[in-house]
Amino acid sequence: MILTLVGVSNGTLHESARRARGTGADIFFRPPGTSVLSSLSSSPMSDKLPAILANEPHVVLATGTIVQPLELFDSITGFDMDQFAKMSGGFRFVQGGLPVQDTDLIVDEPYAREKHLQVGSTLNLISHQWRVSGIYLPGKAARICVKLAVLQDFTGNPHRLSQIYLKIDDPDRAQAVVDALRAKYPGYQIYTMEYFTSMLSVNNLGLLRNFTYVVIGIAMIVGFIVVFMAMYTAVLERTREIGILKAVGSSSGLILSMLMRETLLLAILGTVLGILLTYFTQWLMLHVVPNSLVQETVYAWWPIAAGVAIVGALIGAIIPGIKAVRQDATEALSYE
Amino acid sequence: MSETPIIQVRQLTKTYRVGDVDVQALRGVDLEVSRGEFIAVVGTSGSGKSTLFNILGGLTPPTSGSVHINGRDLSHMTNAERTNLRKDTVGFVFQKYNLLPTLSAEDNIKIVKYIGGHDTEFDAPFKEVLNLLGIADRLKHKPRALSGGQQQRVAIARAIVNRPAILLADEPTGNLDSQNSAAVLKLLKDLNERLGQTILMITHDEEAAAYSHRRVHMRDGQLL
Repeated sequence: MILTLVGVSNGTLHESARRARGTGADIFFRPPGTSVLSSLSSSPMSDKLPAILANEPHVVLATGTIVQPLELFDSITGFDMDQFAKMSGGFRFVQGGLPVQDTDLIVDEPYAREKHLQVGSTLNLISHQWRVSGIYLPGKAARICVKLAVLQDFTGNPHRLSQIYLKIDDPDRAQAVVDALRAKYPGYQIYTMEYFTSMLSVNNLGLLRNFTYVVIGIAMIVGFIVVFMAMYTAVLERTREIGILKAVGSSSGLILSMLMRETLLLAILGTVLGILLTYFTQWLMLHVVPNSLVQETVYAWWPIAAGVAIVGALIGAIIPGIKAVRQDATEALSYE
Repeated sequence: MSETPIIQVRQLTKTYRVGDVDVQALRGVDLEVSRGEFIAVVGTSGSGKSTLFNILGGLTPPTSGSVHINGRDLSHMTNAERTNLRKDTVGFVFQKYNLLPTLSAEDNIKIVKYIGGHDTEFDAPFKEVLNLLGIADRLKHKPRALSGGQQQRVAIARAIVNRPAILLADEPTGNLDSQNSAAVLKLLKDLNERLGQTILMITHDEEAAAYSHRRVHMRDGQLL
């Protein structure tokens, strides 16, 4: 449970970072009043801005998008398909191709798999009926893409943009270009893509970090209690067996040592089984909800989860174990 | 039989505290058992015979009086000393067999050798005993795969594997049908006769007691 929650927290954020890198952009340009990681629900920038930014030194390409949030984690993004293809290298389609009609949209393969979509399928989003014209390999900025002008029109934001991607002539100079743009366009949120993607980690997202830590903390407590109670009950039920060992001359030390070794072995086997189960949940998420959640294997948490299991099991075993060995052998033998 | 008693009990008392009430389970018991003797302590439920069994086996300490087993005084022994006594001086056979359910019959016997600090391999004389008990071909089975009679025979093998000075049996036939009861009692008698094993058997059954050399009766915490 602990490893799955940690894996989902990390995996979902890293998947977002991977998609951001898939744009091929070097710089990320956002309107004033937003933060580097805030979701975009309005479109306050003019669509004339990319043309202006394209004339800035070292900027070779600028393209704007509009993002309309949908339910839960989903959003629909409007692209200038030609410009975006130049910047990112284009979508790599597994079926179909770019939108032709205004109500055509393209989706990435995990989204199509989860929603059972094929080229030609229709779906209703933002009160409009859309037809899937293409399904592309994931990792390209967004999961659902439509023509920029259409989305601007359908959301009542004509000529407005949510964010702008910039490509520059020398990616190594991205920070210098950002600094120059910040000086020229005060208030706008401008970041290198490297900085933006590095921010997409659990540790850099204040609220998400706290939320994740609370969830993981609860998972650790619940995991500890479950292991503790399981071992407590298991050892309590073996009070009679401890009585038998006492009756045949086993010392308390020997009984506790046997108990601890057995518990340790069980805890280690349980940890290994738990780790294997995380691969199963990964597979499950990949096949059942490929669009929503992505689970990663976070190796750094293996020893932490193992520690919780082992400490919980040992404490859970030692308490009834000590109680049983302290009992008179006759009392332990009469335990039912 | 030897002149020196292997079990010597003098004015033994045992008082239990049950809630706020003191229950006097033994009220001045005197008993002597010779080496190589097979003795039956017969009494009804609540007569104190199981308490006597527990004290003789070092499972619980006496309240007062003296208890000597093979020359060692139990009455002043610490818990650890009584544990040591149980390793190789006393062997137990219980009514409910008390085998470890997760171990095979063989491992149930071997663990007692291990606890006693002995080599866990069975020597030739003990293999003879296993044949005598009729369990040589059932040793790989877990207790749940054995009949009650077989389980009790494994328990007997376990009790004597470390060659204890005395074998204490508490209602060894209490959970067995008449056929298995007779078989187990005959085996105890055989062990006594062939190996010279001293046996003290607790029973409420006069028929079972008839297998012994001598029987003593208990009532209300005293030997009659």
